Amino acid sequence: MDALLLQLLNGLDKGGAYALIALGLTLIFGTLGVVNFAHGALFMLGAFCAVTLQKLLTISQRVKDESITFFDAYKEIPYLEIWYGETGTMIIDHAVPLSILFAIPIMLLIGLIMERGLIKHFYKRTHAEQILVTFGLAIVFQEIIKAQFGANPIPTPAPEAFAGSADIGLWLGLGEAVVYPWWRLIYLLFSAIVIGGVFAFLQFTTFGMVVRAGMADRETVGLLGIHVERRFTIVFGIAAVVAGLAGVMYTPILPPDYHIGMDFLVLSFVVVVVGGMGSLPGAVAAGFLLGILQSFASMNEVKEIFPGIDQIIIYLVAVIILLVRPRGLLGRKGVMEG
Amino acid sequence: MTLFKQGVSRRGLMRGGIALSAGLAAPQFFVRGAGAATYLNEPTGSTVTFGFNVPQTGAYADEGADELRAYQLAVKHLNGEGDGGMLNTFTSKALEGKGVLGKKVAFVTGDTQTKSDAARASAKRMIEKDGVVMVTGGSSSGVAIAVQSLCQEAGITFMAGLTHSNDTTGKDRRRNGFRHFFNAYMSGAALAPVLKANYGTDRKAYHLTADYTWGWTQEESIANSTEAIGWETVNKVRTPLGAGDFSQYITPVLNSGADVLILNHYGKDMVNSLTQAVQFGLRDKQVNGKDMVVVVPLYSRLMAQGAGANVKGIFGSTNWHWSLTDAGSQAFVKSFGAEYGFPPSQAAHTCYVQALLYADAAQRAGTFAPCELGKALEGFEFDGMGNGPTLYRAEDHQCFKKVLVVKGKENPSSQFDLLEVVEEVPREQVTYDPNIPQFAGELGPCNNGA
Repeated sequence: MDALLLQLLNGLDKGGAYALIALGLTLIFGTLGVVNFAHGALFMLGAFCAVTLQKLLTISQRVKDESITFFDAYKEIPYLEIWYGETGTMIIDHAVPLSILFAIPIMLLIGLIMERGLIKHFYKRTHAEQILVTFGLAIVFQEIIKAQFGANPIPTPAPEAFAGSADIGLWLGLGEAVVYPWWRLIYLLFSAIVIGGVFAFLQFTTFGMVVRAGMADRETVGLLGIHVERRFTIVFGIAAVVAGLAGVMYTPILPPDYHIGMDFLVLSFVVVVVGGMGSLPGAVAAGFLLGILQSFASMNEVKEIFPGIDQIIIYLVAVIILLVRPRGLLGRKGVMEG
Repeated sequence: MTLFKQGVSRRGLMRGGIALSAGLAAPQFFVRGAGAATYLNEPTGSTVTFGFNVPQTGAYADEGADELRAYQLAVKHLNGEGDGGMLNTFTSKALEGKGVLGKKVAFVTGDTQTKSDAARASAKRMIEKDGVVMVTGGSSSGVAIAVQSLCQEAGITFMAGLTHSNDTTGKDRRRNGFRHFFNAYMSGAALAPVLKANYGTDRKAYHLTADYTWGWTQEESIANSTEAIGWETVNKVRTPLGAGDFSQYITPVLNSGADVLILNHYGKDMVNSLTQAVQFGLRDKQVNGKDMVVVVPLYSRLMAQGAGANVKGIFGSTNWHWSLTDAGSQAFVKSFGAEYGFPPSQAAHTCYVQALLYADAAQRAGTFAPCELGKALEGFEFDGMGNGPTLYRAEDHQCFKKVLVVKGKENPSSQFDLLEVVEEVPREQVTYDPNIPQFAGELGPCNNGA
């Protein structure tokens, strides 16, 4: 029971990340008709917003390290600590939550520049060309980050207050043994809030209504005199922000490196296909579903019966869905169907 | 265009056939004598070229960058520039800082990308196009084994970089290949007594293992060593290389009854799995009435840097550490620190030493020919290179020297001061018979490539 609960939470957690990336992917596909292979790179860029802010907050004074006598070495003492003492330490400790504010304008700007500067020139090209150009762009982003930050993962810890584990066993009457990391619970909550926010934005605002109408019938909306393309550009920016924030919040779970986006991209594409290309609820539902399936498949008891199942479960489900229901779980008829 | 204006006569064909047969049937000593005069890529000018094949991209790019720094420093010292580094402390005095065999050392670099196929392609290019006499470097056992095999086939000496799998000098050992770095068996032999002293004999261990040659041999070696001190192995779970999120593998550990988690992971995988194990509260947990502990059998300072505060108090083993106080280590750290502003990693150390050992062997052998140079390295005893008296064993081309047991430092005094050396385990304790089952292999014949 304990193990099942923990694996369920693991699955929801991972599913949250898949869902956030897949949500942006399907939003872009639904509005602009573009298959964006650079979306994983946007997740990575978000993560590196957190790294950058952490580095900015820890800009330090170099003090000679007297403990090293073989050569001239220097210690780094952050200016924030020198100037503000414990308050400075606390600000540095909260680098990741503060990065949310830092990342929103940056990711929005990156999204807008990306769409206006490159993606819009490929609206009428084939999906193969779109995939090639966005994949190339993702590699460019990766190489820039690697040149700037190196290839090794960079630790970006959660604030000290959330570093430990929550006694969920005690909350649920299962005993002391069942604990779960605080930050992963926060990530789960954060995913739910962002997903809810995006849906509310699309459902309850005039802007969202126009976007949904444009997704359903772009031509008719255009005939009504609404400049739908401008709104779609903003949607691209929003999708970049969602992916970026998912990356920011994921950094304490997985120390980011330049390749982190690619690891998520492939799985997120499978999530979009399973959920139904262009279907927002489908992307979210499939994200959580596949996260949970992957988590349960990696239990030792399951692997004893089906060795290696944890590595193929997601792809196996994708193959079955594409065979049985090519439009995906909640996809519209006609999308991905001949 | 016709090469033969007239047809080939039956008599001519028979003469040619006899001449060819005579050549093929020539006495072996005659052929051997001819081969000794030349070898593949014999340098004819005033320089000799070494090939530094390191990961410049991929997951181990930072290790690769440090290896390359070390090689460049070694070349400087070999050519008589800089302060000479370990050449001043090395017990062999064959090298005088005037190059090797009267030739200045030049080098070319390649990118292994931490992928066997890319590493082989890069080494092949160095051998065929750049005319290197030796290939060295790498930060993965998969790469080391692949490149070692290529060098053997081509007839070039291979001086392995960072490779810790038993197989490199075990079942996949080759006559043209030499390893200075320690291996998984030696890690187990060095670590077990320290683990026993700190955690007792009644422990239950759970292994998470990277699913490739290095992970398998380390899992086997560490399990054998810990079982020998009375520990029980509860489970061995293989994890895909580069899994990223290990939460689904760590969760089952919590309810497995194990009180020790052994992470047979390296590089990025180790950073991630350790960070996540700490996040899941493993180190705050009490199991079987004992504090649950984590062990990382193969440590590096670069990895410790990646894992941050999570390494505090965790035991592991390492080939070398910059804080050692012997004359050789100090000379190297001083030289490297003055050049780059930070201390070298264990990867840098092993690569620097390999370059110097190769040059010294060539100088003593009087040739770069792999077979003659190999004989100069086989059974070679030396000191002054940072790990105390060291033997390059003839039977398997594995170096035997002190192994360091280290622990994540509780209160680091600088950004580099992350590991503290708990014990310098003497060479005798980590030496084994080259023919024990997990190492059974054949060096085979040497190959000069000519």
